[in-house]
Amino acid sequence: MTTVAATRPAPEPLVPSGAAGSAGPPASERRAGLLLSAPFMIVYLLFLVGPLVVGIVMSFFNTTTVRSGLGGWVGLSNYTKVCQDPLFWNAMWHSVLFTLLTTPPLVVLALAAAVLAGRMRRGRVFYRVAFFAPYVVPSSVVALVFLWMYTPQIGLITKVFGAVGLPVPNFIGSTSGGWTAVVLMTLWWTFGFNFVLYTAALQDVPGDVYEAASIDGAGPWQQIRLITVPLLAPTTSLVLILQILASLKVFDQIYLLLGGGPNQSTRPVIEYIYDTGFTSYRGGYGAAATMVYFVVIVAVSTAWYGLRRWRATSDATSSTTRSGSSGRASGPSSSPASGPTSSAA
Amino acid sequence: MSGSMARRRFLGLGGGLALGAGLTACASPLASGLTGAQPNTADVIFWNLFTGGDGANMVLMEQDFRKSHPGVSVEATILGWGNPYYTKLALATASGTPPDVGISHLSRLPLLAASGLLTPIEQTGLPELGVTADRFTPAAWQKATVGGTVYAAPLDTHPFVLFYNVDLARKAGLLDASGEALKPMKGAADFTDAVKAMKEASGRYGAVMSITADPSTAWRYFSMVYSGLAGPVVTDSGTRIAVDDEAMRETFAFLQSLTKGGLMPKVLNGSGANALFSTGKAGFLFDGEWQIPSYRLVKGLRFNVVPFPALLGPKPVAYADSHALVIPHNPRRSAARTANAARFVRSLLDDSAVWAHGGHVPAWLPTQRSRAFTDQSPQANYVQAAFTAQYDPSAWYTGAGSDFQNTVGATIIEALGGGISPKSATAAMRADLRRYTTARPPVTMK
Repeated sequence: MTTVAATRPAPEPLVPSGAAGSAGPPASERRAGLLLSAPFMIVYLLFLVGPLVVGIVMSFFNTTTVRSGLGGWVGLSNYTKVCQDPLFWNAMWHSVLFTLLTTPPLVVLALAAAVLAGRMRRGRVFYRVAFFAPYVVPSSVVALVFLWMYTPQIGLITKVFGAVGLPVPNFIGSTSGGWTAVVLMTLWWTFGFNFVLYTAALQDVPGDVYEAASIDGAGPWQQIRLITVPLLAPTTSLVLILQILASLKVFDQIYLLLGGGPNQSTRPVIEYIYDTGFTSYRGGYGAAATMVYFVVIVAVSTAWYGLRRWRATSDATSSTTRSGSSGRASGPSSSPASGPTSSAA
Repeated sequence: MSGSMARRRFLGLGGGLALGAGLTACASPLASGLTGAQPNTADVIFWNLFTGGDGANMVLMEQDFRKSHPGVSVEATILGWGNPYYTKLALATASGTPPDVGISHLSRLPLLAASGLLTPIEQTGLPELGVTADRFTPAAWQKATVGGTVYAAPLDTHPFVLFYNVDLARKAGLLDASGEALKPMKGAADFTDAVKAMKEASGRYGAVMSITADPSTAWRYFSMVYSGLAGPVVTDSGTRIAVDDEAMRETFAFLQSLTKGGLMPKVLNGSGANALFSTGKAGFLFDGEWQIPSYRLVKGLRFNVVPFPALLGPKPVAYADSHALVIPHNPRRSAARTANAARFVRSLLDDSAVWAHGGHVPAWLPTQRSRAFTDQSPQANYVQAAFTAQYDPSAWYTGAGSDFQNTVGATIIEALGGGISPKSATAAMRADLRRYTTARPPVTMK
């Protein structure tokens, strides 16, 4: 062994020796790793990468869903047609609008509910379960329940509006009513997921921080504003991107509740893809629309990721400069900081 | 070591046994699932899209078949009406697992036929059972024919018709000497006068129809008026726009004259139309005859149903569609199964007087001429509509509940609501049609 090592020229084998195993795990471990990840890899290749590749290929052909085979080669014309179709961009806008309408309340409500449930002295489990429970109900059931409540004349919500003398909104038949109906239903149905993420993150906030804050005289609202919210920033960032991606992918609740109506004014882009790809049997065209949409989603995710990294690095640099300056000025700055505390005490 | 081996062997054995038991329990569906074949759970597997009154009538007809053919089992599956149904029918057939008998609207037939998803009638043994051209309403049989080959046995014709409140019509002086039937009307002016008289009689509206969020109804109404004046909006299997701008503007102007003047509400959904017509607040209702069963249930409402008179064109036109029985293409279907399927189709045709209770005109002439049907009122009033039926133009994108109807229907709804002028509605309609005529068809149409 030593001879082998000694005879080897030092600089040249860096890469091969690294590949051979000195840097990587032993062969048996690697085999075990491959074996253990194989089931996932197979599923991933079969149901994610495979269809994606098929979809990309299909988007260049006049593929139809009613016949086997790819159909005739059409090049980029599916893409140009998709990009020229105003209905596609309308549908795209509807998905974005849905995201804009649902994301802020879903994040804020989930945070508020998690903080409130966390502050409960008794029955904390009950509140946690109660807030999370709607999330596990299938969308078809939720849509059916809400459809009954929204139905004109006989629905629960419309009756309540009528009973208190308010004008009854047309939940099913008007564009604004349709959006209201979908957004309210989605809020109730899905905010439980973000709630769970926030609840978990809240438990990671050390209790002594609150203790120190309350000794310093911070009230509950100040604690939430100055401790909870900033410490939950990484979770908020995660919740936000997950929510944006989930909202952009909206389909089932709009389809089940309104069918994209009235007059296609709430039809999200996935329903557009479904309508062209499956009900009009234009698989290739639908695949092209999917790819355009896929690029948009990837762009949103990438932009978000880039923004986070940029913020993280700028935060890091600003915090180092800030800590440096505060270090230098620690003497004078500490006295005004202690001032209000002592005056409050 | 030996202990753990024993445990493993025990677990392995137990697992194997459980798996084996599971496999035997669902052997045939699993095996057929793996080979991609349709599990033959019954002698005839029948898919349809009927719920409500139509669904109940279809169940009766299936039961009649079971009674008359005790050896043949039928399994009927009801799928969601419209696009979901056609998506499933087409995909199941394309992937080699179709039902033995299915329902298709004739307006949806051209694409299914052009895609090779349907068995031509002459290959199903139906002609030998007497299912031949001379026994069907000609318009329906014609529409079941694509490129010279017949692909479906039409079950009915269901036209867009004119409902009227008998009491209000009498008050408005629109009834003839018999006291039940409407006086003959001809042309748009006559018709508008009648709607005006109805408005005075009801004190609220002359006529109502489902407009809001109902593009298919809007399209049926528009199509009826326009095609009477200028024929279909697209020709050459849907590749060419055949719009006569002048005629289309005239059509929109006529439709708007009824909503603008307050003779009809501009904004109203199906349940609103139902409420207004049921309570005598509207004299006419424009809708499909399939609404008859639901109005029958309204106490104190005396109504009748007739075909629309000629409006803008010289002759009356009935916008219509048909339910038809098809045998989806399946190269693996045995001759015995095909024979059972054909017997089932023939039985449903013979039994279509039951089907007519849903308001439909039987396409099967022996039934259409039988007492069992001619005694049905008001169904027998509008048999003529089946003969003047104007279907959706033949194209890969048209048909009942299609994406196309949703698109053009939205434009028509906007026009009915007074949101756009006849001129811009015509331009919008052209733009809507261009989307489809210039789109690459999924299959080449004959």
